[in-house]
Amino acid sequence: MTPVFEIAWTHLVSKPKQTIVAMLGVTFGIGMFIALVSLMTGLNQFTEDVTMTSSPDIHIYHDITEERTTILDEVNPAGINRVHHQKPKAETTKLRNALQMVSIIRNDPRVSGVAPTLSSQVFYNFGPVQLNGQILGVDILEEDKLFDIRSRLKSGRLEDLKSNPDGILVGTGLARKLNAVTGDRVVITTPQGYTMTLKILGTFQMGIGVVDNVRAYANISTVQTILQKDQTYITDINIKVHNRQQAKIIAPEFQAMFGYKAEDWETANATFLTGVTIRNIITWSVSVTLLIVAGFGIYNILTMTIYNKMKDIAILKAMGFAGKDVRMIFMIQSVVIGFAGGLMGLLIGYVLSWLISKAPFDGGDIVSLDHFPVNFDPKYYLIGIVFGVLTTAFAGFTPSRKAARVDPIEIIRGQ
Amino acid sequence: MEPVLLTRKISKYFYEPEKFQVLKEIDLTVNKGEFMCLMGKSGCGKSTLMYVLSTMDTDFDGELEIAGQSLTGRDQNFLSAFRNKHIGFIFQFHYLLPEFTALQNVMLPAQKLGKYSKEEIESRAIDKLRILGVSDQALKLSSKLSGGQQQRVAIARALINDPDIIMGDEPTGNLDSYNSNLVFDILHELTHTYRQTIIAVTHDEDFAKRSDRVVEMSDGRIVRGDSENA
Ligand SMILES: Nc1ncnc2c1ncn2[C@@H]1O[C@H](COP(=O)(O)OP(=O)(O)OP(=O)(O)O)[C@@H](O)[C@H]1O
Ligand SMILES: [Mg+2]
Repeated sequence: MTPVFEIAWTHLVSKPKQTIVAMLGVTFGIGMFIALVSLMTGLNQFTEDVTMTSSPDIHIYHDITEERTTILDEVNPAGINRVHHQKPKAETTKLRNALQMVSIIRNDPRVSGVAPTLSSQVFYNFGPVQLNGQILGVDILEEDKLFDIRSRLKSGRLEDLKSNPDGILVGTGLARKLNAVTGDRVVITTPQGYTMTLKILGTFQMGIGVVDNVRAYANISTVQTILQKDQTYITDINIKVHNRQQAKIIAPEFQAMFGYKAEDWETANATFLTGVTIRNIITWSVSVTLLIVAGFGIYNILTMTIYNKMKDIAILKAMGFAGKDVRMIFMIQSVVIGFAGGLMGLLIGYVLSWLISKAPFDGGDIVSLDHFPVNFDPKYYLIGIVFGVLTTAFAGFTPSRKAARVDPIEIIRGQ
Repeated sequence: MEPVLLTRKISKYFYEPEKFQVLKEIDLTVNKGEFMCLMGKSGCGKSTLMYVLSTMDTDFDGELEIAGQSLTGRDQNFLSAFRNKHIGFIFQFHYLLPEFTALQNVMLPAQKLGKYSKEEIESRAIDKLRILGVSDQALKLSSKLSGGQQQRVAIARALINDPDIIMGDEPTGNLDSYNSNLVFDILHELTHTYRQTIIAVTHDEDFAKRSDRVVEMSDGRIVRGDSENA
C-alpha cells in the first residue's frame, strides 16, 4: 500500500460513524435509482411489448381521410383557392391489387413477413345484449409470424382455425364478457345487417384490454363473406421487417410505390413513445437529485474532515508530500465512500426491485398483469455504480483541491 | 569544510498590514556535521528564515542552495520531493499524525520516498526509535504518548530518510527542562556520532552555549556568528 492510500484509509476507519453516514447517502441514492429504473424500464418494456404486438412494423392501408386536391384546384390551378370543410370522397377502403402487392413485398429482402387482412365492425349477440366488437380476417399462420399469436393462445390451436371456415379465435376479455368458452357458438351481426353463427375454436390474450375485449380472428374468406365482398377484398397489409429501426425508412418507399398510406410503428405509436420519454425523464431526474443530495453530504463531510486535519496536512507537506499527494488522500476517501456506498446501494436496489416484482398488482381491464413488470438488466447496475463513483469524485474534487493548496507555513505559524 | 546549506542575500518582505522587510540580505553558510543555533529577540525573523531555509516558503529574493542544489525558482512538486529526501523538520509542537502509531509516523516519509521495501523501512524506523530511546512506544498511537516522547518520535521521523540537514524551530520550546536536556543530548549525539547537520532556533541560552555555533539575528539581519564564513 502506498502511504497516500494508507493515510486515506486510516482517516476513513478512524472515524467510522462519519464514514458510514457519508456512505449511506450514496447507498440511498443508488438504491433508489436501481429500484426506480428497474420498475420504470420494466414498465416501458412491458408496454412496448404489448403495444408492439398490436401494431405491425409497417401498416399499409387506404387512408380515405387523407387530404386531397380540391376540384377547384384542378380547374383553376393558377388561382388562390379556398375550400372550407372539405369532406372525403365516398371511396372503399379496399386495397386494389392487394395480393399482387403482397407478393412484391414478400420478395423484398428487408421484409420477414407479410400478412394481408381485412376487418369488420360486428356486434356479438349475447342473449338480448349486443356487444360491440371487431372481427379480423387473417391468414392465421402469416399473422402468427408477425404477432406471435401461438404463444398468446390460452386455448385451442391455430391449425384448427385454418381449416375451419366458420370458426373464430376470440380475446379472453371478450370470451369472459360473452360468458363463452371454446366450443361455444356465437352469433354475430354486421352494421349492414348480415348475421352469421360462428364457433369459438380458441381464446388468446395479447395483454391489452383494447384488443382482448373486442377482437376475434377469423379466416379471410369468412370475413369477406360477412362483408359480402369478393375474394380480392383486402383492406390492410401488415408487414414485419428484419430490422425494426429501418421501418421508418422502408415505409415511405412502399407508400410511393403503391400509392397507399404506409405507416411505420414509430409514427403509429408516437403517443406511447412520448410516455416512455416522460418515464425516462422522471427516473433520471429523481435519481440525479438523490445523488446530488448524497454528493452534498460527501462534500460537507470532506470539507469538515479537511478543516479538522489542517495540522496533518501541513505536517505532511512539511515532510515532503506534494499537493497532488494530499489531493489524492482526500479523493481516495471520497471515491472509496462512493464505491462502497454504491455497492451497498446496488444490493439494496436489487432487494427493492425484487420485492416490487413480487408485489401483486391488478392491471384491470387495460393490461393483463398480476405483478409489476421489473427489469433486472445488469446494465443499470453498472450505470448505478459508475454514477455513484462519479458523483462522489465530483463532490470530493473541490474540498480535495482546497486541501492540496493549504499553505503549511500558515498552519505551523498559527499554532 | 563542506557546506551543506548556503544562502546569498536572502531578503523577504511582508505586505500585510503594511510593507515591511522581515529578512535583510541574509548570507549564511552551514557546514556538514555542524550543530548551529539561531537566536534572537522575539519577532526578529527567526521562524520566517527557517521557513525559507526549509523550502516551504518560496516567496523571497536571493538564493538558497542545499546539498549542492540551487533551490531558487523551483516548482512545488520538486521542492516537496526535495524536502522529503534532504530535509528533516522538527516543530515546537510535536505534530505527529494522531491516528497513526509512533512507528507508522516514523515510517511515512520513507514510504513517500519509496527507496526501501516496507520491511526495510520498518526495521530502519525501529532503529531510529531505538536511538531516540522510544522503541518501546513504537506500537502506541502517537496521540497517547507524553510530550517528551512525542518530540523524540518526531525527531526519529525527521531522521528516517537520512537527511542532509535537520531543522528545528524551537524543538525544545514546549518541553520541560528534563525533556529539553534529553532532546538536546540526542541532537548533540547525532552531530557527533553521525555527523548530522542541525540548525535549531532556540531561546534557551544553555542550549545554545552547548552547540557548535550560535548565530544571532536582530531585526531581520544576522548580527553575530557568521564570522567564520565572512
Ligand atoms: N504572515 C505574516 N504577515 C505579516 N507579518 C508577519 C507574518 N508572519 C510574521 N510576521 C512578522 O514578521 C516578524 C518576524 O516573525 P517571526 O515569526 O519570524 O519571528 P520570530 O523571530 O520567530 O519570533 P519568535 O521568537 O517569537 O518566534 C514579526 O514581526 C511578525 O509579526
Ligand atoms: Mg518563531
